[in-house]
Amino acid sequence: MITLEWLYVLAGIIFAIWSFLSLRDTTNGKRLGNAAFWGLLSGSFFFGGQLSDFANGLLVLALVGIAGAGLIGRSDPPTTSPAERTDFSGQLGNRLFIPALIIPLTAVIGTILYNYTPFGETGLFEERRETLILFGIGVLLALGTCMVWLKPPVLAPVEEGRRLMDSIGWAAVLPQMLAALGGVFALAGVGDVIGQIAGGVIPDENVFVAVLIFCLGMVFFTMIMGNAFAAFPVMAAAIGIPVLVVEFGGNPAIIGAIGMLAGFCGTLMTPMAANFNIVPAALLELKDQYGVIRMQVWTAIPLLACNILLIYFLAF
Amino acid sequence: MSDYLVLSGILVVVVGFALRLNPLLVVTLAALATGWLADLGIIEVISAFGAAFNDNRYISVTWIILPVIGLLERYGLQQRARALIEGVRGATMGRLLLLYLGFRQLTAALGMKDIGGHPQTVRPLVAPMAEAAAEKTHGKLDEDDRQKVLGMSAATDNVGLFFGEDIFFAIASILLIQGVFESYGYPLTPLQLSVWAIPTAICAFLIHGGRLLAFDRRLGRARK
Repeated sequence: MITLEWLYVLAGIIFAIWSFLSLRDTTNGKRLGNAAFWGLLSGSFFFGGQLSDFANGLLVLALVGIAGAGLIGRSDPPTTSPAERTDFSGQLGNRLFIPALIIPLTAVIGTILYNYTPFGETGLFEERRETLILFGIGVLLALGTCMVWLKPPVLAPVEEGRRLMDSIGWAAVLPQMLAALGGVFALAGVGDVIGQIAGGVIPDENVFVAVLIFCLGMVFFTMIMGNAFAAFPVMAAAIGIPVLVVEFGGNPAIIGAIGMLAGFCGTLMTPMAANFNIVPAALLELKDQYGVIRMQVWTAIPLLACNILLIYFLAF
Repeated sequence: MSDYLVLSGILVVVVGFALRLNPLLVVTLAALATGWLADLGIIEVISAFGAAFNDNRYISVTWIILPVIGLLERYGLQQRARALIEGVRGATMGRLLLLYLGFRQLTAALGMKDIGGHPQTVRPLVAPMAEAAAEKTHGKLDEDDRQKVLGMSAATDNVGLFFGEDIFFAIASILLIQGVFESYGYPLTPLQLSVWAIPTAICAFLIHGGRLLAFDRRLGRARK
């Protein structure tokens, strides 16, 4: 059976190469920091499962220390010039899109086949991890296709990958770090306290105000936690079920489904949802790390108003 | 009262992000402060943080895509994406992103949420196409406008994904809603829930789509 562990080994290898190449890259003034940062991450992929929780915690603190002290920087590995790229683009034509499409298509078609045909009965992939594993297979297929077709220098894929990785920098581990913070918040009972506060401010007899507080609570708590999944059970337990469903007799399916989507409006407005908001700003090399959020706020606010009205008019 | 102390981690997060400190540092301080105020020992907090970090490695594993994207960019993928859009008559940035929004919502609604994404499609394809389309209609963009076009490309991917995926019944968030309601004695089927994601999806398409077209018009006006 192919498990997530295989993918971790693959990631460990790639990060180890990035670390080694960073160390050799004398054109980057911060090469030691980069090498240490990617090296630690590589270590986490290889050995994270065997290390104790405390050792993993120290590894995280080391990553944070390196990033927090500003010890990692962008690199500039040798690559093709813009003029050469334009020439290649002309010669190779739209076939250039094919390798890029191999990855999502492998993930999507593979997942569908695995879930809806006898292929799934082979038990080839770790349960519930098939999409991510198929994504990894897609990456290898695309990489193989490129190597055979374009015949680049052997180190080109890892060097080009390192260019992108260094441009993302510390933001690359922020989503994982935020998920870890969510774990600590849960342990400390942060959700319960927020639920109590939200539940305590509901006035009697007013459905609209209750809907409003439910949705705003979803948004607020989603913005704090960075995803609506953490917010939903708390707000459903504090207001959604006892007040909206039980007290006012609302339709549970509508309150649940649209309440979650109200939380998604919060996801559009918070740097805590790093995967969606901060990482792309780094990937697109935006000057403002909040450049993506800025473009989303004026979609999120009217859409939140729609969700509040939809619950109010449809569920009651 | 002491209960409320655990919320100070949230305060650390809000203040830290507002001051634009390094987010990794902010998150770690928030975790340590929260754990400490919840009366966990320092070893316990660091261990909890480390365990949770380790459990979530699958989030960072997706960076293995970068060698492929980088390699294709070396051979002119972004230039190709631009050339493709420049060759389409009547292609404007507003229409292009509107089309991508609809495509992302529909494919996500059919369960294909992994077909797009920031490293896979936005950086190599959508953002360069949007920039090329904007320059085709409005001429060379100044840096501020260019940044906004790129930001809007990423925003469109997010909006399309978020307000499409819940229409698909076998998605984690729908299963979570089902689980929560079931535990309080309200058995619902995933399909019962996912149909109610449709009204919001339509609103999202109209609101964000309208903003895309308005943004395109505004870029044009600024140039006259």
